[in-house]
Amino acid sequence: MGSEILFFFEVLVGGLLAGTMYSLVALGFVLIYKASATFNFAQGAMVFFAVLSFVGFMELGLPFFLAFLVTIGLMVVVGLSTERLVLRPLMNQSEDTLLMATIGLGYVLEGLAQAAWGVEVRRLDLGIPDFPIMFIADSIGIFISALDLTAGAVAAFMVISLAVLFTQTKIGLGLRAVADDPGAASSIGIPLKHIMLLVWSAAGVVALVAGCLWGARAGVQFALVDLALKALPVLIIGGFSSIPGAIVGGLIIGSTEKVLEVYIGPFFGGAIEGWAPYVLAVFFLLKRPEGLFGEKIIRRV
Amino acid sequence: MATAVSTYSRNDYINFSVLMVLGFLIIPMTVNSDYWFTSILIPWLCLALATIGQQVIMGYTGQLALGAAGFMAAGAFACFNLILRVDGLPFFGALIISGLIAAAIGIVFGLPSLRIRGIYLMVATLASQFFIIWVIDKFGWFKNYDSSGIITAQDIVIFGRPYTSPVDMYLVILVVVTVMTILAINMARGSTGRNWMAVRDMDVAAESMGVSLLKTKLQAFAISSFFCGVAGALFAFTYLKSLEPVAFDIKLSFKILFMCILGGLGTINGAFIGAGFILLFPVLLNYLGNNVFHGAIDATIISALEQVVFGVLMIVFMIYEPLGMARLWENLKQRFFKKKDK
Repeated sequence: MGSEILFFFEVLVGGLLAGTMYSLVALGFVLIYKASATFNFAQGAMVFFAVLSFVGFMELGLPFFLAFLVTIGLMVVVGLSTERLVLRPLMNQSEDTLLMATIGLGYVLEGLAQAAWGVEVRRLDLGIPDFPIMFIADSIGIFISALDLTAGAVAAFMVISLAVLFTQTKIGLGLRAVADDPGAASSIGIPLKHIMLLVWSAAGVVALVAGCLWGARAGVQFALVDLALKALPVLIIGGFSSIPGAIVGGLIIGSTEKVLEVYIGPFFGGAIEGWAPYVLAVFFLLKRPEGLFGEKIIRRV
Repeated sequence: MATAVSTYSRNDYINFSVLMVLGFLIIPMTVNSDYWFTSILIPWLCLALATIGQQVIMGYTGQLALGAAGFMAAGAFACFNLILRVDGLPFFGALIISGLIAAAIGIVFGLPSLRIRGIYLMVATLASQFFIIWVIDKFGWFKNYDSSGIITAQDIVIFGRPYTSPVDMYLVILVVVTVMTILAINMARGSTGRNWMAVRDMDVAAESMGVSLLKTKLQAFAISSFFCGVAGALFAFTYLKSLEPVAFDIKLSFKILFMCILGGLGTINGAFIGAGFILLFPVLLNYLGNNVFHGAIDATIISALEQVVFGVLMIVFMIYEPLGMARLWENLKQRFFKKKDK
């Protein structure tokens, strides 16, 4: 293979794997949207909150796994309080109202995390090096970071387990029922509260995993919240209610932004990955507003 | 204006006169500290103006837009370049043209609103936020090829007289804000505003009543961005003075969104109340931190707490009073001045 083609593939693969990181943030979003039709704008803040707490617990001297478990517990508490204090009083409100409330929730989580753990940038060492795997580099000549590869594997694992949860278990059936019609679901005895708690906790765990991978790459810092905003274009491309959509959307965004940045960016002074995903999403919206895998939105008057 | 007169009660005129006397006479004569002008009154008026812009698009037209700071940046840098490159252009002329430039950009980025709504539109407007800042950042022309990437806004000169002292700048802003607020109130009360609200409350019904969605939405985007553009120019020329595009990042957009929502969606006075609150609350917290707790609480923690409070208020208002502080104020007035209002 010519070195130019190799380079292109390297950029592409790097982008695809980086895209899985966006997917992980988007995944938490989809979970909540599927079960409660709420656009959870706070997902990015949850990522930040989770990983900052995780690092904070480790700094307090907890071992890795214990810190991980404690953080999961904390995210369950966050889910519980969100359900109790934000979602329940806002039941049957318009989507826009809920969205604004979750923007508020995001602010609360960001503020709490910083008040509790401080604002300085933390390093997070997962023991996975963020440089190319020589084995792959030697055999096919493409440089792929081990961290990227791990992120890809973790994302795949998450998606498969969530897909199994949603389609193969009784809980999943309940989740889908609640998403479809909360009133009808609760009238046949599906415990709405438990379902909500479960979903928000699951979203919290997904946020923690996403945060760890992001944090290992870019440092645990406030900028994670802005990075997590890129989950929104991912969702628009993949569709708000589709788990595979979150993955495919992430891959599309990740690869497109990297390829554009490398090949087109230099003509404009670079850093176009800051806005390219959003513009891509806008074009997508104009052609296919429900996203690739989303359910078609039918508005009744 | 014969028809307009009848829509305003005597109370409105009294309130207006009181505010004008207060703004133009009492405040300039009694407030002696520059701190109050440069750190509170000037940014308050600028941000309130931008919040009115956000109100137009979000509160009145119901379009979830999140890019006010982008249009403010467009206005600010347009004004800088106009004054720099066009000889003899008066300040107010530059201000109006910068507003128009922001409005033109607003129309372009408002186009997606014709097909999408809610969070989808929010993402589309985020595109405008990031794109505008990137353009200004990457093309040196906008910053007059300054190597540091930071521009220094020119002094405001009107009819040959420089307005550089805090009180002078405050008065210039007050004139602009007064004129534009009256404009906004009139638009909101007139047929323009009714069209906006019709689109907000139910766009399909509005369309079947003969309200053109295309025209109404784009008009709202244009007017909203015009307000933001002018506000951005004033903000840059009086408050920031030396600035880089990053001053208008997404955080400022969120701040304006909060001012708009906490102040009260669909109200003009809410824009002033919301902007005042978001601006003054951190000042109050810092004061408490310094004077009550004597610096025992770290400044970063205070600013984190401030975020928590804003977030909590957002949730609380969504639950208990979605119409914001303006409505709380109305309710208070109702309770205490019931007889007067009749």
